[in-house]
Amino acid sequence: MTASRRFRLRAFRLAIFVLAGLFFLVPIFAMLEFSTRGNDVNSPRNLDAWIRIPSTPELADAITVSLELAVITSLMMLLLILPTMVWVRLRLPGLSRVVEFICLMPLTVPAIALVVGIKPIYIWISLNFTDSILALSFAYLILVLPYAYRALDAGLGAIDLKTLTEAARSLGAGWGTVMLRVVVPNMRSAILNAALLSVALVLGEFTFANIMNYENLQVAIQFVSLVDANTSIAVAVASLLFAFVILIVLSFVGRGRVPVGGLGDVK
Amino acid sequence: MTAAGNPAFETAARPTSGGRRLPLSWLGVVPFFIYVGIFLLLPTAIIVAGSLVASDGSISLSNYEGINKPYMYKAFITSFQISAVSALVGAVLGALLAYAVATGNPHGFLRRTVMSASGVIAQFGGVTLAFAFVATIGTEGIVYKLLLDRGINMYPDTVWLFEPSGFTLIYLYFQIPLMVLVFIPALDGIRPQWREATESLGGSTWHYWRFVAGPLLFPAFLGCTLLLFANAFSAYATVAALVTQGGIIAPLQVQALLTSETGSSQPGLAKALAVAMIFVVLVVMSLYTLLQRRTAHWLR
Repeated sequence: MTASRRFRLRAFRLAIFVLAGLFFLVPIFAMLEFSTRGNDVNSPRNLDAWIRIPSTPELADAITVSLELAVITSLMMLLLILPTMVWVRLRLPGLSRVVEFICLMPLTVPAIALVVGIKPIYIWISLNFTDSILALSFAYLILVLPYAYRALDAGLGAIDLKTLTEAARSLGAGWGTVMLRVVVPNMRSAILNAALLSVALVLGEFTFANIMNYENLQVAIQFVSLVDANTSIAVAVASLLFAFVILIVLSFVGRGRVPVGGLGDVK
Repeated sequence: MTAAGNPAFETAARPTSGGRRLPLSWLGVVPFFIYVGIFLLLPTAIIVAGSLVASDGSISLSNYEGINKPYMYKAFITSFQISAVSALVGAVLGALLAYAVATGNPHGFLRRTVMSASGVIAQFGGVTLAFAFVATIGTEGIVYKLLLDRGINMYPDTVWLFEPSGFTLIYLYFQIPLMVLVFIPALDGIRPQWREATESLGGSTWHYWRFVAGPLLFPAFLGCTLLLFANAFSAYATVAALVTQGGIIAPLQVQALLTSETGSSQPGLAKALAVAMIFVVLVVMSLYTLLQRRTAHWLR
């Protein structure tokens, strides 16, 4: 690479990062600024809106519920989708196209359209089983499917799954041991990636909860914004920063080990 | 389609010989199919079947005639415009950002930060996003006031933040990160050797982009643009937070038909509208898949 081209590339990258930084950070900063404004034009800056978060019961409940939903959805994703994908790769390769199609299908059905069809099912569930908001995690798992599938698929593609499982099986490991002690450790960063995308999606979800009259974080934020805009903006920016921090932290954790297959970097 | 946030992407060789196909091995996928059957396939079937049932219970296409109204067309056209413009602009800007990221250290802090942030921001639409822009360039927003103090009025005629042009700007906030996530794998597939080969044959930077990298990346770029279009077309929460009435875009029309605050809930028409939306996205996504196959062929 010539010196002048290297310089041009550096200048280009710098310009892009500065512009992108402005576009993406200024609105977040503006939310922080807005949430610390006083009630009157001349009143000083304060953290009242932030202090009011725990004492606004709807918000405190909604934060708990959304975090629970995020954890449950991620766990279900790992317990249902991952074993299915491994099983299909190893034993039923003929089904892989079908599974891929189904997993990517939610991308083609807009959430607002899907909720039209899922609402009757939830009415039935709430009449016959439970009206707990945590039941929403079943619907959220559908929304998560495409992202989880692609993250896990990339992870599975980067390890020699067949050889690893055959080696484990020939040494007497059961399928549970194979999953927990061979497959999972070898694709840790892909699993983390899938889990993170699930958490981000669930914390930001509004459509399903709103239409089906459940109060999750985003619905509560909108509800509170009608009464107390500052507090709801404080929660909004807090949830955004929270999701960002766990993503950064986990992206470091996920790099802790090199995959045994040695077929390159999974993340 | 490649994994969001997964630059390294390879498809494993599928076991060609395959194990013995014992009938029992089918049991392993039963939970998955039961689950998607109930929560994905059944709802889709409910939508399609329900759209064909008229209010008197007979089977007809009368629900679809309900779409044949000027305000419905207007909502669809507005949706289409917002989606198309935000997809195109978002794809170009997102590709530039993705290129700036891809030319850096693949294990560096910058790349990790940008990818993590993209993962979050691409999902955070809705109320949060609406607030962010109201706090920035709303009439009480910090940037709007700052500019006003310097004699620049962003809204000489109307507050366009609450109009389709404003929605388009807001949509860019999640379209650009999504583009970064889906386009990076294609950029990672470009090898430095190709550039060196171009140079050793006497080609300039222009030649490289025009005849080597450009044609290789173009199908991926177009495909990702279509994905962005589908993403914007489905987006609902952001505009719902900004505009409370009027059903300005197609998803809001569906919502208006579902929630019967005025006692005028029309589930049949809502389902017909949902089918129409699925149809639009389906066409776009089929094109995306076709283009993605073509790209994947080269960028192994």
